[in-house]
Amino acid sequence: MNSEQPTLRSVMRGLAQYRGGVGQWAWVLHRVCGLGVLLFLFLHILDTLLVFKPAWYDAVVVLYHHPVFRVGEVLLAAAVLYHALNGIRIILIDFYPGLTVHHRRLFYAALAVFVVIFLPGAYLMLKPLL
Amino acid sequence: MNQVSIIGGRERPTAGFELYAWLFMRVSGVLLLFLALGHLAVIHLYHGVDQVNFALVAARYRNPLWRLYDWALLTLALVHGLNGLRMLVNDYVRRPGLRVFSVVVVYFLAFVFLLLGSYIILVFQPPATG
Repeated sequence: MNSEQPTLRSVMRGLAQYRGGVGQWAWVLHRVCGLGVLLFLFLHILDTLLVFKPAWYDAVVVLYHHPVFRVGEVLLAAAVLYHALNGIRIILIDFYPGLTVHHRRLFYAALAVFVVIFLPGAYLMLKPLL
Repeated sequence: MNQVSIIGGRERPTAGFELYAWLFMRVSGVLLLFLALGHLAVIHLYHGVDQVNFALVAARYRNPLWRLYDWALLTLALVHGLNGLRMLVNDYVRRPGLRVFSVVVVYFLAFVFLLLGSYIILVFQPPATG
């Protein structure tokens, strides 16, 4: 099993079967959010290249006003915020190993901070649609 | 293959390139927490996507401190994100040839996007005002 090339299906099945609890899902979400933000970063560098053609830049960035992109904007902000807050949790556990026994509590604390920052932020970003 | 130690339940490298990569992820992670969330707060909450256009980019880039801010964000986010992608490759791409190819792609993406992003930030000249 170990030497075989994992497929998306085998990875998903492994995730569903492995009973790692809260820590496992915090880790999966950290990877998914990180990858998502990286993919957006590539797109963002490419769209910003258009500043050398001002008319093209203005024509392209109005796409970001579309409702679909506004929802994408909120998802992106959520991904960055989750990755940042769970990152703090990882760093705390790495540098203060005694906190490992509290890793679930730290996860719920990160989620609480997430909600407190995300809800008003998402409201401000989506306000033009409401 | 790699030297790792387990302290407080979390694996970590103990020497060489992987140790510096591990440390970089944590240091850049803390800096990015401020830089990336600050960028989101300024562009998406203070300005909002409706205000983002060529004129805003030109106005920001008349101030060299915004260029410095954006360049720090660009380089740290790209290296942090692409090292994350390298970790995903190491975890999920097991076929030897494909693995080497994927790592080469990661370094290639780092080179190309660092070059493109730096080019925008360093070369872009806002039109004269008035």
